[in-house]
Amino acid sequence: MKYLTEFRNGEIAQRMAREIHSITTRPWKIMEVCGGQTHSIIRNGIDQMLPAGIEMIHGPGCPVCVTPLELIDKALAIAAQPGVIFCSFGDMLRVPGTDADLFQIKGAGGDVRVVYSPLDAVELAAKNPDRQVVFFGVGFETTAPANAMSVHLAKRRGLKNFSLLVSHVLVPPAIEAILQSPGNKVQAFLLAGHVCSVMGYWEYPPLAEKYGIPLVVTGFEPLDLLDGIRRAVIQLEAGKHEVENAYSRVVTFEGNRAAQKLLAEVFEVTDRAWRGIGVIPKSGWRLSEAYRDFDAEQRFHITGIHTQESALCRAGDVLRGAIKPAECAAFGKECTPRHPLGATMVSSEGACAAYYNYGRFISAEELATAGSGLSGAAHA
Amino acid sequence: MCLAIPGKVEEISTDGLIRVGRVNFGGVVKNVCLDYVPEVEVGDYTIVHVGFAISKIDEETAEQTLQDFRTLGLLDEELGTEEEAFARAAKAPQSPCPDGSCSSK
Repeated sequence: MKYLTEFRNGEIAQRMAREIHSITTRPWKIMEVCGGQTHSIIRNGIDQMLPAGIEMIHGPGCPVCVTPLELIDKALAIAAQPGVIFCSFGDMLRVPGTDADLFQIKGAGGDVRVVYSPLDAVELAAKNPDRQVVFFGVGFETTAPANAMSVHLAKRRGLKNFSLLVSHVLVPPAIEAILQSPGNKVQAFLLAGHVCSVMGYWEYPPLAEKYGIPLVVTGFEPLDLLDGIRRAVIQLEAGKHEVENAYSRVVTFEGNRAAQKLLAEVFEVTDRAWRGIGVIPKSGWRLSEAYRDFDAEQRFHITGIHTQESALCRAGDVLRGAIKPAECAAFGKECTPRHPLGATMVSSEGACAAYYNYGRFISAEELATAGSGLSGAAHA
Repeated sequence: MCLAIPGKVEEISTDGLIRVGRVNFGGVVKNVCLDYVPEVEVGDYTIVHVGFAISKIDEETAEQTLQDFRTLGLLDEELGTEEEAFARAAKAPQSPCPDGSCSSK
């Protein structure tokens, strides 16, 4: 494992960690929403630099992880069709559907391509007018502007052979679902920096007000994360609940207006199923009426595919922050990165994969001890 | 997927529909859509996500972040070729379990 001290500004990081120690008087549970932040925290050992009472809970912000099994099955059904060029980001290749994954579909003769950008898929459609080109458009608000532009351009170029298999998900409704879930333990959130670089953070003050929780826009590097945690703890200790920006070198309150404008034109809000969590109302985007012709689900008549999730896997509890990965009975046994049961182990950005890859095998006793220590402190 | 990488805009042109920049990510140069950052000009640094510039940033921040990403091997993963992506996928066999480690269940 690479620790923080190997990085530039290791000393500043240590100083920031010491400040967090000095201001913390009670245990707090803070959720980082973004999978990229989860990885940075675990990889850099940031959680281990924090006071014992500060617990980082890993949120549902990995787009690969929360893409429902049913949508993977739909992708596989389309990719296996003759005459289709199925384009995806590389990290979707090994996400298992019910019977296979995209990599295996390619091995069996399907034309599956990895593209760097959805615009590459639009280009492929222009160059292959006799083929149907489909782009697998998953992701959070960060990725949505790219997918929106791909459809927008395909329409302007009059491409009839391009479509999007879309499953966009949104951060604010997910945060609200977590806050409303019975037994919620999360007391503050680190907001995903790059989601906010697109959307700004004007959506969040009502959430902070309604639920009385601090929300801190946070970046991805060790110092960013420590600063985000520090600011959250300062607010928690002071009994405040404000939206703060700890990533101002990238994020503004308004966000990227040009991107938001096209998003509003191309997409409309819809209910979305989150793998392991279930349907969250108004938590995603689908193509708007004006762009519905580019919806791959309609074009390939696959709306009838319905898939049940695995019963053994507790990815939903992990994504909600109810348990740590190692608390799942299947973790590291039936479920490994080589043979994942659930989405959080599938993606390299998933919380379970992060714990597995960075060697966080915590025994049941250790967990019980840590847990009782925390609750004891909380009652003190 | 969510990684956004800073790069330097070296050239700007238009393909008739969108503004395209040649953006240098610590040596790897790619075409990037600049439509969402109309304020960005040649010589500026911008954060790029899946081929789209989403925010302008300063040079120092950009260079430091690039350095960190390189150290972590994230640049290769994000900017690699299609062949490299498939090679990585081939090394990450998942379902059904190819090495028999889960067949004893």
